[in-house]
Amino acid sequence: MKAHLTRRYLFSASHRLHTDAMPEDWNRATYGKCNNPYGHGHNYQVEVTVSGAVDRGTGMVCNLIDLDGFVRAEILERFGHHNLNTLPEFQDVVPTTENLCIRIYEILQRGFHHAHLEKVRMEETMMNSFAYAGGKEFRD
Amino acid sequence: MVYLTRKAEFAASHYYHNPEFTPEQNRALFGKCNNPNGHGHNYTLEVTVKGSVDPKSGFVVDLKQLKEVMNREVLDAMDHRFLNKEVPEFLHQIPTTENIAIAIWQRLAPKLKAAQLHRVRVYETPDLFVDFYGEA
Repeated sequence: MKAHLTRRYLFSASHRLHTDAMPEDWNRATYGKCNNPYGHGHNYQVEVTVSGAVDRGTGMVCNLIDLDGFVRAEILERFGHHNLNTLPEFQDVVPTTENLCIRIYEILQRGFHHAHLEKVRMEETMMNSFAYAGGKEFRD
Repeated sequence: MVYLTRKAEFAASHYYHNPEFTPEQNRALFGKCNNPNGHGHNYTLEVTVKGSVDPKSGFVVDLKQLKEVMNREVLDAMDHRFLNKEVPEFLHQIPTTENIAIAIWQRLAPKLKAAQLHRVRVYETPDLFVDFYGEA
């Protein structure tokens, strides 16, 4: 039997939406207050959905000890309580939550092999959310 | 096609243990969930059915009937129970959230007439849930 398992994690980080490739007035017009020079922060929620056959011995799609350990080491410690603009992956990429969501999907896709990665969904605030499934369509 | 979701809550206790594994293996695999006296959760169940809207009633499914089936098949059996000891499916199967979602699907699917079961979602906590779509 195939099941989907979703686990939610929280981290806080700051960012500024700005691209040096475009002039100041374009940045202000496009990003509004998100373009303020000193940045601002969010409490991000990350939902990781994995799928697979439910193991007969354990009753699990994957052991949460493995998923939690991977996410803590590779995602929460990398992004939590950091200024996203200072991280290597956001030197040439604007740290929008779209791009952050894609980056987190890629980290899981490359490094987590205990179950099939379905999608990553992120909430930047209670009022907006983003989801990425490696470019594929997905069930919500 | 319209999708309709009904929510319910139940509280139950469980523990994770496989008698085919050694005590050390059980502790390593299941951590504190292996405590034999069990621990509890407030589970939230979301049942999603799909179907076309009946032109006369305007319903995909009669919510009253859906609620009755959920109460009879799931809540009466699992609410305020020790799942490992009181629910037949879990006498020989570990009551993980995955297996609970599958068991609920198998209880509901044959009882729903007008609408087709689309998804069973079970939240063990607000930070962990399982979706089962009836896939083999």
